[in-house]
Amino acid sequence: MAKVVVLGAGISGHTAVAFLKKKLGKKHEVVMISPNSYYQWVPSNIWVGIGRMTVDQVRFRLDKIYKKWDIVYKQAKAISINPEGDKEIQKGFVTIEYVAQEKLGQTEKVDFDYLVNATGPKLNFEAVEGLGPNGHTVSVCSYDHAAHAWKELQKSISEMEKGNHQTFLIGTGHPMATCQGAAFEYALNVAFEVKKRKLAHLADIIWITNEYELGDFGMGGAFIKRGGYVTPTKVFAESILAEYGIRWIKRAGVNKIEKGLAHYETLNGEYKTQEFDFAMLIPSFAGAGIKAFDKNNSNITNTLFKPSGFMTVDADYSQKPFEQWKASDWPETYQNPTYNNIFAAGIAFAPPHSISKPMTTPNGTAMFPAPPRTGMPSGVIGKVIALNIVENIKYGTTDYTHKASMARMAAACIVSAGYGVRHGKAATMTVSPIVPDWDKYPEWGRDINATVGEVGLAGHWIKLFLHYMFMHKAKGYPFWWLLPE
Amino acid sequence: MKTIDKVHNYKDEYYPPIPTRGTKFWRSCFIYQFYKFFKLNYKIMIMVVKGHS
Repeated sequence: MAKVVVLGAGISGHTAVAFLKKKLGKKHEVVMISPNSYYQWVPSNIWVGIGRMTVDQVRFRLDKIYKKWDIVYKQAKAISINPEGDKEIQKGFVTIEYVAQEKLGQTEKVDFDYLVNATGPKLNFEAVEGLGPNGHTVSVCSYDHAAHAWKELQKSISEMEKGNHQTFLIGTGHPMATCQGAAFEYALNVAFEVKKRKLAHLADIIWITNEYELGDFGMGGAFIKRGGYVTPTKVFAESILAEYGIRWIKRAGVNKIEKGLAHYETLNGEYKTQEFDFAMLIPSFAGAGIKAFDKNNSNITNTLFKPSGFMTVDADYSQKPFEQWKASDWPETYQNPTYNNIFAAGIAFAPPHSISKPMTTPNGTAMFPAPPRTGMPSGVIGKVIALNIVENIKYGTTDYTHKASMARMAAACIVSAGYGVRHGKAATMTVSPIVPDWDKYPEWGRDINATVGEVGLAGHWIKLFLHYMFMHKAKGYPFWWLLPE
Repeated sequence: MKTIDKVHNYKDEYYPPIPTRGTKFWRSCFIYQFYKFFKLNYKIMIMVVKGHS
């Protein structure tokens, strides 16, 4: 009997355990270790942040679903990994610390034959003084943050209803933050809600971003066929913001937040400030901070993880200039090169480099978006890892057939721009592949016929449809496995 | 006295294309968007399925 341990019950980890258990059945053990008691469909947190969905509409309890699936669930956080075991345990194990009330603070060594690290990101609010829900800004990165954002947003709406002007600052809260898409959605939704309440004349909404140009979204931008032209997403993004009456500050790295005041550095090295009444700024992401030790208890964290805390996988990490980056640099099986029974899925894997071109200010501050690995790529990677582990257990296959390179994988991003079955709106964007492949597509870096950028009511319906479809899948309702990631 | 913003230039927000009334109509036209819903979903699903392995 093989034992597969998965760390993290986000989109990637949850997809991985679901397929592992379905394919392995009762003959093998699947263990989920997650500090969270709920699964959340993160893309819909935007709607929680504007009061259009409740927290319970975007989450459900993990214990019930794992009990139904016969998956061992431990509500705990991983502290360290011993891939070789130690003097007591002769196989790899993870040291975990329980966070649930019954066993709060207790530690345990959970051995494994295969380990999938899908811990997701640590929301690194600490990297910028005053950033985050414990500081002076809000976030929509989790359902509780989004609920808090809605509470704060209502205060600003209430001020406007009294006739007071409000400044909204929405965007990235660190020079290397990613997830511009989520912040972009939130800016559009706030503008939509303000306009709907006929308060737009009292609102100054500002989009602040570390992107070199708008529409970069951490993937170096894209080109789309639109109105008889091949147009960069810069024009697409600027057009939507202008339509919604949102100003923007680009090439800006937020470095400090005070009450009502954001400090930022521009790419040309100037230090500036922007006042705000309400700010939703996305933090930078870091790895979960798990340590690693060999069987002699020597620290091998640098073998298993990159300095950022993300796990080393089958990528080409050699340092080379932007012009020499290749699609083949990106990992395919997400297997750790030193320990072939350890894999990293979703945000937990260390990308070989960014997708956007690295930029540095004259003061030496790196300012460019980190590569996005959320949503669809996370789910696909989780599934591919699960299928490869299953084949390895059942048939001894080591030449993995299931691959999910972000340089071959397409992605769809539905950018909500207003909620409502009749008056909602969203920008539907697709790119193929996510990481540009300039050898295969020398003209535009991607398949121009597969790249779409359209705004309309249909996009809102699609986002709503995807919400219910992915919740159906995650809850393991009938035929869940037929639904794509 | 009301200030009129005569200069629709020299500000970031005046350079990108702005949708006309016609474009806005089609973006919210129920029948056309119903067609778009299926067309976009089909396109997305084809891409998603292709990207799985």
